[in-house]
Amino acid sequence: MKPPPFAYHSATSIPEAIQLLSKLENAKLLAGGQSLMAMLNLRYLHPENLVDINRIPELSGITIDQGRLRIGAMTRQQAIKASAEVKAAAPIFAETLAYVGHRQTRNRGTIGGSLCHLDPAAELPALALLHDAMVTVAGPRGERKIEMAAFIVDYMTTAVQADELVTLIEFPLWRAGHGYGFAEFARRHGDFAIAAVACLMESDSEGRMTRVAISVAGVAATAIRLTAAEAALIGKVAGPEAFAAAAACCADIAAVGDVHGSAEYRKKVAAVMLRRALTDAQSRMAKNG
Amino acid sequence: MSVMGKSVRRIEDVPLITGKGRFVDDVRAPGVLHGAFLRSSQAHAKIQRIDATAAKAMPGVHAVLLLDDILPVMTRRRMMGGNRSGKLPETLIPTALAEDEVCFAGQPIALVIADSRYLAEDAAERIEVDYEPLPAVSDCRRGIGESSPSVQTAIKSNLITSYDVGYGDVEAAFKNATHVFGDTFSQHRGGGHSIEGRGMLVEYSSGSFTVWASTQKPHDLYQMLVDLLELDENQLRVITPDVGGGFGPKLIVYPEDIALAAAAKLLKRSVKWTEDRREHFLGAIQERDQYWTMEIATDSEGLILGLRGKLLHDLGAYAYQDVNLPYNSATSVSGPYIVPAYAMTVEVGLTNKVPVSSVRGAGYPQPAFVMERLMDRIARELGLDRAEVRRRNIIPVDQMPYEKPLKARSGAAIVYDSGDYLACQAEILAVADWDGFPARQAAARKDGRYIGIGMANAVKGTGRGPFESGMVRISASGRISIYTGATAMGQGLATALAQICADQFGVEADDVTVVAGDTAMIPLGLGGFASRQLVTAGSSVLLASRATATKAKTLAGHILGVAAEDLEIVQGDVKIIAAKQLVVDKKKPQSISLGELSRILRGAPGYAFPEGLEPGLEATFHFRTDALAYANATHVVEVEVDPEIGEVKILRYIALQDSGRLINPVIVDGQVHGGIAHGISNALFEWMGYDENAQPVTTTFAEYLLPTAMEIPPFETLYKESPSPINPLGVKGAGEVGTIPVTAAIASAIEDALTPFGVRVLHAPINPEQLLEMIEEGSKKQRPS
Amino acid sequence: MTLHNIKLTVNGLPVEAAVDDRLTLADFLRHQLNLTGTHIGCEHGVCGACTILVDNVSARSCLMLAVQTDGLAVRTVEGLQATDGTLHPLQAAFRDNHGLQCGYCTPGMLMTLVEFLGENPQPSAADVREAISGNLCRCTGYQRIVESALDAAKRLNEQEP
Ligand code: FES
Ligand code: FES
Repeated sequence: MKPPPFAYHSATSIPEAIQLLSKLENAKLLAGGQSLMAMLNLRYLHPENLVDINRIPELSGITIDQGRLRIGAMTRQQAIKASAEVKAAAPIFAETLAYVGHRQTRNRGTIGGSLCHLDPAAELPALALLHDAMVTVAGPRGERKIEMAAFIVDYMTTAVQADELVTLIEFPLWRAGHGYGFAEFARRHGDFAIAAVACLMESDSEGRMTRVAISVAGVAATAIRLTAAEAALIGKVAGPEAFAAAAACCADIAAVGDVHGSAEYRKKVAAVMLRRALTDAQSRMAKNG
Repeated sequence: MSVMGKSVRRIEDVPLITGKGRFVDDVRAPGVLHGAFLRSSQAHAKIQRIDATAAKAMPGVHAVLLLDDILPVMTRRRMMGGNRSGKLPETLIPTALAEDEVCFAGQPIALVIADSRYLAEDAAERIEVDYEPLPAVSDCRRGIGESSPSVQTAIKSNLITSYDVGYGDVEAAFKNATHVFGDTFSQHRGGGHSIEGRGMLVEYSSGSFTVWASTQKPHDLYQMLVDLLELDENQLRVITPDVGGGFGPKLIVYPEDIALAAAAKLLKRSVKWTEDRREHFLGAIQERDQYWTMEIATDSEGLILGLRGKLLHDLGAYAYQDVNLPYNSATSVSGPYIVPAYAMTVEVGLTNKVPVSSVRGAGYPQPAFVMERLMDRIARELGLDRAEVRRRNIIPVDQMPYEKPLKARSGAAIVYDSGDYLACQAEILAVADWDGFPARQAAARKDGRYIGIGMANAVKGTGRGPFESGMVRISASGRISIYTGATAMGQGLATALAQICADQFGVEADDVTVVAGDTAMIPLGLGGFASRQLVTAGSSVLLASRATATKAKTLAGHILGVAAEDLEIVQGDVKIIAAKQLVVDKKKPQSISLGELSRILRGAPGYAFPEGLEPGLEATFHFRTDALAYANATHVVEVEVDPEIGEVKILRYIALQDSGRLINPVIVDGQVHGGIAHGISNALFEWMGYDENAQPVTTTFAEYLLPTAMEIPPFETLYKESPSPINPLGVKGAGEVGTIPVTAAIASAIEDALTPFGVRVLHAPINPEQLLEMIEEGSKKQRPS
Repeated sequence: MTLHNIKLTVNGLPVEAAVDDRLTLADFLRHQLNLTGTHIGCEHGVCGACTILVDNVSARSCLMLAVQTDGLAVRTVEGLQATDGTLHPLQAAFRDNHGLQCGYCTPGMLMTLVEFLGENPQPSAADVREAISGNLCRCTGYQRIVESALDAAKRLNEQEP
């Protein structure tokens, strides 16, 4: 299990990375490498060129201003998990990242890498979708911004072109005191999810839900938003009854099965996770006032 | 102070914790070339054409070898070892590289030898193979049917052997029974998955070979290489370096091993191959696929009258060694219980899957699962407590030694040598507060939690013979060394042997060097498997140590002018015991070092040699045994099931084991921990999957689940020490015993937790999806409160 | 294929080497630098046997290329023991608590725990279990590894008053 031959290139700036990508045949970007390197060792991929973007400082960093959380594409998952700022503004990140791989893989793994790899069971694309994140992509034709919903094209396929790279992910933040919940079932700690559900919630003074976002990983071919369930919740009083109705929407997901669980099973687990995530969100919302 | 029975620190550890261990892939050999195998992508196919032209032309590639290329340096086409009985079809014994038919996905077809592993893998990718796919057999139950395609075209029936095992009047037992209960059970295969894979380095030097192998059986490998490659015994040395875990797969001599050594002979070069994880999935033996259809007969009190049924054992595509696992299974099913009449039909079937041999537990976990599940069935049907049913049927201590009317593989009678099974069960149940559990369960259920408790008993024959070697030698420096054919795979064997030896010479364990599994140091040996090493090698080392000590005292007695009985060995010196010193001449020396005695026994040219003594301060023993020492265990486990998703969490795990006398309790405890973890893994996680065309579907650690520290709970362990009367140490094996009852105990606990749903666990591994299906089925039927 | 010249430090010592594009960091350490204490158990990032520290944070060396360590500081199990031979408190704790059997997973466990205990001087058993959940062990059932780690935490705390 040794990687096949390729030529290694290291870029030190975004323009250099774009230039290399444009110039080189059959090139892959090497971000954190936590999926790509494994796939190379297994010889699932045979790129001719690898462009390493680990030495581009401007690709890393976390800032929060004007209600937006901006995370550089090469920011390590562990840095996001450990960030006190992020925890204060969007506590669902730390909670979710505890389920992402293990410490050693989070130390290297990046948010941009996870989004671009787009494993259907990965947690970070689901978080991005949950927040209606905006992904900035740079390429030879300049920069463009892609909404997360459009960024996800299909099973492990993104809207990023072969000569482009993701530079930044922007998350519009929810009002302080919003409720949040993340529930996941995986066979082992740190594994990709059988089903994972992330949700955010706001309500009015009577406990009626005014804003809800729900995303699901591990069930369909990509992370998805559960818009039907969201719509079913708006205007309802948060509680078991409303949540059960929302959970019923999981039955309609276009689920995909694999060795760890069939499509049917994943939908059932998703419904349970959804109920649990919503329940957490409600309780936290209440506490947060 | 004796070091026996003490949890002394292991003598193995310092190199291992400082990065100075020496595993096979760590051994450096100048000019070594690297091997990579091209493996079959097909579960069953004819190979029509192989074109290695492009691969051979690649830079750094020295050879691309097919079977025909290596046969000229081999004495025979097929390997050996798998057919000592001579009863199996010839083609079940594999060739080192495939002939024109491949019978499982992963079977080695070609061996590339190149300057680096990277280049060898590049070249292997470039070999073109044209396959003509043949129908493959994935499910053994269908495979033995009349209309099934053949696993190998040369073999007409996939049912390669069947036989009956039993005793007593089973017909009558069933006729007279008050109750008869029947069920079908199965367990699915998993792998050994030592974290270090297999691996071999063949160093070539002017016609001689030094083989470094990560093996459990160096002497077997040695003998096979000598025979197959036509070597003089002095042309070959097999050395076992540090071994990163065994668990079964490393007890086989594989086609890869033979192909690699043949390549070294052919090319006259040193060559090396390190198994990678995917190859472990595709090429290393697996175990546990068995299908049982059973019936048990009892009287009105739940006393067993008879047991009968059928066992189908999946052998995979080839016989890598004698087919003895299903025999182990069939003869051990009664476990610790009295079964007056017994009849089993054993069938062995082929599939187009990786060949099957022993994985930790070796055919014992399946029958334990069957028997313990049947005990639970009796309890439920008769409305009895599960522990009570067992208590009524357990072999009482006053019947020890207890002879079962069955023969072990060696032909010797199966005699449980010692053990108080009832006391073991009673003790652990008290610790677990078994009687208090229903109240806890009821309380939990009020909170909507489904918790359950389960138990299982197990008995395992350990210390398989016929012998193991042990040599003790003291050098002129006074250093004591042990040489043995037993093989260390991480259990702490060296420490345990050193303790046994050190005890005879009044020294500490780390004053003793242990060399295990080096064929140049000790000519005979069988290796590490069947929880045998402490029993067999330990006994040999004890006897050799005693003989060496006696020799030292005899010689010292001559020199010091006292009787040997008046001497003792303390910290490496032979001394006149204090009480006797009063009467001897104080001007004379009172003691003599072992080193000095060793020097004398080496002799000097032309000088007189002590009369009546053989040269060398050393002794060799081969402790002989055909009987097995039977260890036993009782496990109790508490689980919680999440009935919405089928997830099982282990809340508490308690194990009581009786492995006879403990030489080093902490080492045994480590073995028990590892054994339980392996069992939990078998029960809930490990599933080596194949699709209906026998293509493997779990070939990475992302697909095949080994539990982490988060899934494995803390263990509570208890010990009883019933010395075995059949070896001088009184010990019994430990390594596999911990694995055997686990799946049964967990199944019992899950059923208990899910009583409201009437769930029955008859198949393992138990995965959450299937469990959820059963829960849903159950709630449809009987709507829990 | 090109050779890249890299300069890094390994266990505090400067190293200069020429490495192939695709050489993994694990193979570089093991076969080019002969630091065979770093083990390989899966080469696809699951078992953790290859865990080392890169610039003081843990990483799987099978999932990095050697060339990526240019200018970085790598620490392996060989760098734990003091120069006078004194065992690192973690090593000593593993030895005293039977924290290893075959020892194959041990270097990865040790390196993972070096980072973890550095950040968590007073961990609970549950914390330790989570910390080592990216390291598979087939021999021990983990219990004594957890006990070793807890003992090591105590020793480390005593060391730095
Ligand atoms: S060898 Fe790197 S994680 Fe297994
Ligand atoms: S001690 Fe053997 S794998 Fe952990």
